[in-house]
Amino acid sequence: MTAVLDIRGLTVALPSGADRMNAVSDLNLTLNAGEITCVVGESGSGKSLSARAVMGLLPPKVSVTGGEIMFGDTNILTLSEPERRAMRGEDMAMVFQEPMTALNPLMTVGRQIDEVLRIHTKFGRKERRQRILDLLTEVKLPTPERIIASYPHQLSGGQRQRAMIAMALILDPKVLVADEPTTALDVTTQAQILRLIRELQERHGTGVMFITHDFGVVAEIADHIAVMQHGVLVEAGPAAQILNNPQRPYTQELIGSVPSLVPRKREAVTTRTVMTVSDLSKIYRSSGGLFGKAKEFKAASGVNLELKRGETLGVVGESGSGKTTVARCLVRLLQPDTGKIDLDGVDIAPLNRQGLRPYRNRVQMVFQDPYASLNPRRTVGHILTEGPMARGKPGKDAHARARELLALVGLDPKVEERYPHEFSGGQRQRIGLARALAMEPEILVADEPVSALDVSVQAQVLKLMDEIREQLGLSVVFITHDLRVAAQVCDRIAVMSKGEVVEQGKTADVFASPQHEYTRELFAAIPGREWSSEMETHAAAVNA
Amino acid sequence: MSDATAGAPSTSGQRGGFWSRFAKNRGAVAGLVILAVVVVFAALAPILYPGDPFALAGRPMTPPFQGEYFFGTDTLGRDIAAGMAHGARTSLLIGIIATLVAVAFGTLVGGIAGYYGGWVDDMLMRVTEVFQTIPSFIFAILLVAVITPSIESVIIAISVVSWPPLARLVRGEFISLRNREFVQANVLMGMPDWRILFVQILPNCLSPIIVAGSLLVATAILIESALAFLGLGDPNVMSWGWQVGAGRPVLRRAWWICTFPGVAILLTVLAINLVGEGLNDALNPRLRERGK
Repeated sequence: MTAVLDIRGLTVALPSGADRMNAVSDLNLTLNAGEITCVVGESGSGKSLSARAVMGLLPPKVSVTGGEIMFGDTNILTLSEPERRAMRGEDMAMVFQEPMTALNPLMTVGRQIDEVLRIHTKFGRKERRQRILDLLTEVKLPTPERIIASYPHQLSGGQRQRAMIAMALILDPKVLVADEPTTALDVTTQAQILRLIRELQERHGTGVMFITHDFGVVAEIADHIAVMQHGVLVEAGPAAQILNNPQRPYTQELIGSVPSLVPRKREAVTTRTVMTVSDLSKIYRSSGGLFGKAKEFKAASGVNLELKRGETLGVVGESGSGKTTVARCLVRLLQPDTGKIDLDGVDIAPLNRQGLRPYRNRVQMVFQDPYASLNPRRTVGHILTEGPMARGKPGKDAHARARELLALVGLDPKVEERYPHEFSGGQRQRIGLARALAMEPEILVADEPVSALDVSVQAQVLKLMDEIREQLGLSVVFITHDLRVAAQVCDRIAVMSKGEVVEQGKTADVFASPQHEYTRELFAAIPGREWSSEMETHAAAVNA
Repeated sequence: MSDATAGAPSTSGQRGGFWSRFAKNRGAVAGLVILAVVVVFAALAPILYPGDPFALAGRPMTPPFQGEYFFGTDTLGRDIAAGMAHGARTSLLIGIIATLVAVAFGTLVGGIAGYYGGWVDDMLMRVTEVFQTIPSFIFAILLVAVITPSIESVIIAISVVSWPPLARLVRGEFISLRNREFVQANVLMGMPDWRILFVQILPNCLSPIIVAGSLLVATAILIESALAFLGLGDPNVMSWGWQVGAGRPVLRRAWWICTFPGVAILLTVLAINLVGEGLNDALNPRLRERGK
């Protein structure tokens, strides 16, 4: 194997006043031709900044203060800006996380790829066009002629990412840096893009530096793995070794936090039903203006769900499947167009705001984004007490309850005086949970409550939710796109696609033998599936 | 990422940072100094220049910087410095009250339009647009002329022409905040709308309102001066604009009559604008860094 890129002792300094001195300290990493090296780490581990240092795209005030990056025989850190510019695109290219923002929305995809060729090559117009068409075919975009003339917004997320990859590979670079290229994509699209990167990289012999936080993706694609934490390389080695026999405690912890795909065994819940949803639909209408045609979009149609006391019902699906719409109808942030939401004998679907008031507190929600879900101008104490007080609870009782709840979710009750920005993402999510619990609900609707969190924090928050559910006898509707999480948390799951529930059943049954074709497709796309099942067999063998 | 970078617009709890960020902008500090001088000058007017500023004090058209009258006297022998001190009171009073009225009204309209959306928004915004389509100064002249010139009518006129941009600003802020998850959590608590509007959302858009409001004071002072210049101010109250207007016919013979009140208007408006910009830097520090 020949090394195409050799990073030696790379140190990247953060501006003064940041939470640590160096974003990356003394990083050693070798990238071989024809291999994929995954750089894995949680947020703040310095993995993205290392990638940007390689490309010479560090944000202002962040600079490389030590080490060298050898590309062949040259240390690219000593090159002048024009020399590096010439290297970018030709020798090394980058694929970004969010293809919508990485592509220029005002230029057709064809022109954007063409620009790379115009700048770096002397090909004529016809030749350039032919090259672009060939490459778009190679990245398996249907109808390349149409794609060339399309603007980014006219393509789907997966198509945009394919176009980005085509743009990166057009000059056959030796190094491809991919920064979380599949994080913004749905799981089925992600599986296709990962396969594509693998294929192209093998065919072109490219050395790929693949940045990700997801061990499932790593297991799917990596030849070599480098694990980073707080800007320091924790462990590096061949994929099989790191995945199956990690040496360092941090790596072990990270891999241990990846939720298993084998559903947890649970007692069947046979208590009374607290909520029955029947034939629920929500249609979004956009008026086409004065003379235009009105458009209709069925976000949810004919949804039937049943929630028993004390159970967790998972609603899984990809983006646009209608799972969030259903969640918002259940808590009545949205009014469904048809159907019933039977809450202990009362249909709350048709009620207006006044009529809802007595039932509001019984169904509460935990939100996805820990940064947007707490008012930055209110103290934690206010956030936890204003709901109960709006319902007429005396202030003293509400505060006492708030302190109890803070202790329940594992925070110091003294933090009442503090503002949300003083907490980490995981802590904020705990506060959000406490806020919902303060209303003394029977049903908790959790909309992707852990998808914005790092995997180790994710595990803690899921465990906490489970404990609280058991302790308070809550019923939970758990919305998620992550089947691994669903396997661990849910008693039953409902799979949604295009606004409809296509399959519903006990988690263990659905995972063991998915009936609907879409469910099977979804399961097949879970990254790192084989690795997980190997681990399970291994663990089972050890236990036996 | 650290919490500070990912956090929403949080400036409370960083009081110490506010002043140091404000002080970084030298222009803003200079503006604040000028403004302080004007305020002190206005506050001391009854002590420094007791009596009626319209009273005849000395020989008409005495040049400045000699003898008793520092800025000289006007065509009828009124003390210009006395007029300026009393005029400062008028300008600041009208500027601040008119701005407060405009900000309060604009925030209310914009907040309701932005939070409720739909037909409420459509209706309120069409009304706002009607006000925006009329050239504001001509509209102000018209209003004062109709209601007869007095301090109150000038304040009303200035507020009426100044609130629409604020309503639009606040509406935009409310639209972006109303879909935040914390607002939805408040809805789920069964919190009344007025509390969500004013206790939950409003504090999150105070920074832009304060900045826009501070700049509005400068505009209000300019409109007031212009109205007084045209003789549409309160005839019983001394004003910088009126002084400039009164000195205009003799501009070539007695330059000082127009010049000193004119410079006072210029400096005050400039100072307020500088302070407003400094507030912007201090309250929205991330915007500033992005600009650099």
